[in-house]
Amino acid sequence: MRGNINLKVNIGGLELKNPVIAASGCFGFGREYSRFFDLNRLGGIAVKGLTLLPRKGNPPPRIAETPSGILNSVGLQNPGVHAFIEKEIPFLRKFDTSIIVNASGSTVEEYEKMVEILSDADVDAIELNLSCPNVKEGCLSFGSSPHRVREVVSRVKKYAKKPLIVKLSPNVTDIAEIAKAAEEAGADSVSLINTILGMAINAKTRRPILGNVTGGLSGPAIKPVALRMVYEVSKAVSIPVIGMGGITNGTDAVEFFLAGATAVMIGTAGFANPMVWVETIEVIEAYMAENSVNSVTDLIGGLIV
Amino acid sequence: MSTNYKIIKAEFLNADTFKLTVQSEKISQKARPGQMVHIKCGDEGGVLLRRPISICSVDREKGTFDIVIQIRGKGTKILSKYRAGDMIDILGPLGQGFSIYPKHKKIIVIGGGIGIFPLLQLLKDHPAENKKAILGFRNKSCVILEEEFRKECNELLISTDDGSYGEKGFVTDILKKELDKEPADMLFFCGPLPMMKLGVGIANEYNIPCEVSMEQRMGCGIGACLTCVCKTKNGDDWEYTQVCKRGPVFSGDKVIFE
Repeated sequence: MRGNINLKVNIGGLELKNPVIAASGCFGFGREYSRFFDLNRLGGIAVKGLTLLPRKGNPPPRIAETPSGILNSVGLQNPGVHAFIEKEIPFLRKFDTSIIVNASGSTVEEYEKMVEILSDADVDAIELNLSCPNVKEGCLSFGSSPHRVREVVSRVKKYAKKPLIVKLSPNVTDIAEIAKAAEEAGADSVSLINTILGMAINAKTRRPILGNVTGGLSGPAIKPVALRMVYEVSKAVSIPVIGMGGITNGTDAVEFFLAGATAVMIGTAGFANPMVWVETIEVIEAYMAENSVNSVTDLIGGLIV
Repeated sequence: MSTNYKIIKAEFLNADTFKLTVQSEKISQKARPGQMVHIKCGDEGGVLLRRPISICSVDREKGTFDIVIQIRGKGTKILSKYRAGDMIDILGPLGQGFSIYPKHKKIIVIGGGIGIFPLLQLLKDHPAENKKAILGFRNKSCVILEEEFRKECNELLISTDDGSYGEKGFVTDILKKELDKEPADMLFFCGPLPMMKLGVGIANEYNIPCEVSMEQRMGCGIGACLTCVCKTKNGDDWEYTQVCKRGPVFSGDKVIFE
């Protein structure tokens, strides 16, 4: 850290030493990337999306490249929450970084159970995934109407003993309405955006490229949409907003702070550049030093319109 | 860690396939036959993903390695423009390579099209006394690295789909004929899925262990994103397994071909 630059942020009770988080789904449980850089550098790690029981995921191909973006349809392949608690938390706890657990369910009861289990586990926050576009049952269907978001968030809130982040889908008419519903139902913060539903077709074979036919678009292609949504949501709610969608460097991250985000998540960019998280933190620090900004919180919502 | 390495030679082997020789002490020393590298294509054209490429051969004395790439899309088109002296961003070596058992006296490698490349270093490193290669191509103009392969094995058999070079037909047909003449201790396959599926069937029929090198659209290349999976056996059940981390080489009886 440079001089008196303060990178600490508080996201609805979740204290982060810096505002850069590895996004869920792109970082596994941290083991692979721990070979590339010191995980202690990260503000937090949002682990691979978990469900109550193990999930096999969707048939391959699960990834397709599109202009300035990628489509994925992994379909929440994961070992289940219990295996995570037993095998992965002890590894992650070796590092001085916050553990954010991304949790999905196919029924409200499953979401309740997940939050109940994770509240007693050694993790720092729960990110409620109401926005995975790649599973047939539940998830996105919970996140696409204010009514259902209010229902699931208020019901899991009773079990939540950790800060509750609600991850929002961009595949809705009015994301600010959804965010307000989450806030009213007790969310401590919201994270956005999850991937945008899309598809890719091979004209030669006349077949979809993804095994699941449709998938979620991420990468720089979606950054303008993500910025606009973070801007709208941060004006509509008073809880903190975690911004994500197409961030590939520190300047992108600063743009999200200015749009109203308190912290950022980075995922897809790591595929091309495994050092992107560390480099982003360094560029944020340099930006703050150059612009005489002492605390990163001074940048939040600092957009001049 | 991804690192920028210097390309010391870039040459086209035929109309759409080129070879890059890259200077890297680390990769040339560490790489095992069958492992791959994950290559950044550059920032032009919105191409985000790295491209997974099998290591074709290494020169441990000179500290270089070769990769051979066929132009198939935007990313490989960008890579085809690299020239000697350029720097290239490479992550690797990655994944699990072929298994080399010193007790194996006779091995056969079976490759199809661009799947032949990782088999070259396998032949170089394998201590077997009797090494045979069966390589299949679409037609005569697609036949590449013939002399390189010939140097590293006792017998090289080439087939083309249209009979314009070598024997007409599929490598799996030639493999059967060869096995009828004389058994082998181990078979190694790399090529199109239908070829490998047939190949594993033949290996089972003749009761010979085999390995296959799988290919899949890939994301991170290190096992984190779970996009490049193939279906594998898991006890009585099955699972999707990362090709990048637990492959690309799998035991033939582990993979479920569909």
